[in-house]
Amino acid sequence: MINICRWLRTVNSEMSDRISSEVRHPKFLGFAAKPPGKLKFFLTALPFILSIAIYITASQIRHAENPGDKILPTFTQMGDAVYMMAFEIDPRTGERLMLTDTVSSLRRIIIGMTAASLLGLVIGLNMGLFPGVEALSSVFITFVSIIPPLSILPIIFITLGVDEFAKIMLIFIGTFPLICRDIFLTVKKIPQEQITKSLTLGASQFQTTYGIIMPQVLPRLIDTTRLSFGAAWLFLIAAEAIVSDSGLGYRIFLVRRYLAMDIIIPYVFLITFLGFVIDWSLKKYVARRYSWYIKSKA
Amino acid sequence: MKKLIIAVILLSMAFFSLSCGQQKKEYRIAWSHYTGWEPWEYAEHAGILKKWGDKYNITIKLERINDYIESINLFTAGKFQGCAMTNMDALTIPAVGGVDSSVIIVGDYSNGNDGIITRGEKSLKDLNGKKVMLVQLSVSHYLLSRALDMNGMQEKEMTLINTSDAEIGAIFKTQKDAVAVTWNPILMNAVKTPGALMIFNSSRIPGEILDLMVVHSKAPDELKKALTGAWFETMQALEDKEKMKAAVEYMAANSGATYDEFIAQLKTTAMFYKAADAAKFTKEDKLKKTMDYVRKFSFDKGLFGKAAASADYVGIEFPDGTVLGDKKNVKLRFDDKYMQMAADGKL
Repeated sequence: MINICRWLRTVNSEMSDRISSEVRHPKFLGFAAKPPGKLKFFLTALPFILSIAIYITASQIRHAENPGDKILPTFTQMGDAVYMMAFEIDPRTGERLMLTDTVSSLRRIIIGMTAASLLGLVIGLNMGLFPGVEALSSVFITFVSIIPPLSILPIIFITLGVDEFAKIMLIFIGTFPLICRDIFLTVKKIPQEQITKSLTLGASQFQTTYGIIMPQVLPRLIDTTRLSFGAAWLFLIAAEAIVSDSGLGYRIFLVRRYLAMDIIIPYVFLITFLGFVIDWSLKKYVARRYSWYIKSKA
Repeated sequence: MKKLIIAVILLSMAFFSLSCGQQKKEYRIAWSHYTGWEPWEYAEHAGILKKWGDKYNITIKLERINDYIESINLFTAGKFQGCAMTNMDALTIPAVGGVDSSVIIVGDYSNGNDGIITRGEKSLKDLNGKKVMLVQLSVSHYLLSRALDMNGMQEKEMTLINTSDAEIGAIFKTQKDAVAVTWNPILMNAVKTPGALMIFNSSRIPGEILDLMVVHSKAPDELKKALTGAWFETMQALEDKEKMKAAVEYMAANSGATYDEFIAQLKTTAMFYKAADAAKFTKEDKLKKTMDYVRKFSFDKGLFGKAAASADYVGIEFPDGTVLGDKKNVKLRFDDKYMQMAADGKL
């Protein structure tokens, strides 16, 4: 098996050598395509341009038929709605609604994810190193991780109430088991020799756990947390849709009552943007702080 | 080979004649679960809808949508020709969305089907500083707003928590200091919680929360006639002592309630069993006053969207031809014509 793999690899490299020595690469089609810079940029932009164009056309057709159409608002309508939500003070609450919504949603997701990743780190680490802890919690956490969090949503609200705590707990329950198990597996992969060595050099078990092993799994923790954010948003919005008095998901499900797509669409983009910024900054942080980790992955 | 060809020809002829037979136009009508709309499902079940469709040579396809708001959104988007909804939602969703809609049947009004319940607070004044759970911007919100008005209070005095109607009953039962505004059947189960009190309900504002059948104004007369005819024939069945039991049994089972529970719900729903009563109600001046409350509430809560400068943005037309709001932008019409025809036996 290994031999076949090795053979394939040599064939592959030979082929790519041969291809690169040939005169021309196709620009778009085929395995060997090498889109030049401009074309590559164009190809990247194309799906976005197409989607926007389709949207604008459909929106105009609907507005020509019915100027009051709410289903596909024009960009001007959305701009006005964003302006009103972001800059004008709401008479009832005395707040700028978009800001209030963003702050409460971010607070919930950040508290929930911080708790999940910190606890996931500590428990995962101890599970990986101490067989006693592993015996105690491994099966249980695996079991919990299989429960679909949205299915226990009613139970969470009924037992924990309608305040912030219930929403944060849903995010926590939804992301913690995965982070914990991932850290556990990462710790398991660290060679036993390293632990033996640090113990023979005189480190205590405590020092080995938190001084030698923990720093090695930290970038992996950030990576896993990053990937769990997608799930966290899902749980946050589900929680806000059901019981809430502010938040991005709350607003979307509230204005749905009068079909205010001019608010819903910009909010969806805001959520996407926030998700992107969080993802990007965590990625950059890992790249800067743990360059060895990036290299080891490559 | 010859046999095969003959078979193919025969088959295609059969299909052709079949498709010729189906030239009746099909219209899709949406509804969602609510006491006052369960008769629609019974009308279909008992063949009443089909009978009236046949009479006007159309096919009426009744479809239940699990999510009430989604059913109205689909109607607004043009996926349905008609939809069961309340007067407030008819104004704020299709009408404000520029879809010219006509109310052809006023089925009932809530006469206790919506209410404010607490776990001990005895009056509205005690709600100051409390957290109130409700489906915001729904008829519950309207009811709360009217109750506060009547007591000289303001919404600012409490915190409103938007709570899904799927969870509100269970949360109310388990939270000791809960206050909720909701509708039946959630309401009648929640109020059974030990210590729970109903401090206000829609019987205090009778005739303001209306359950309607709304169709696109441009829908053909045949559809409007067939729907109205079928509805009032169903109402007759509900009044008939012999037929009633079977009908209520069917509707109760269909809505997941027991027979007694459904009867209890019917008591707090003021159904217009007679077309004449429904037509009379639609003609009364009180309806104008109600719609004025409703549009002011909707405008205040931002339900008219950005384009509206005042509550006059959309025109609401009444049977006598008067228009509330913008005469050039009439999008909601109360049309008593078909109810009157049903009352006169002209359908």
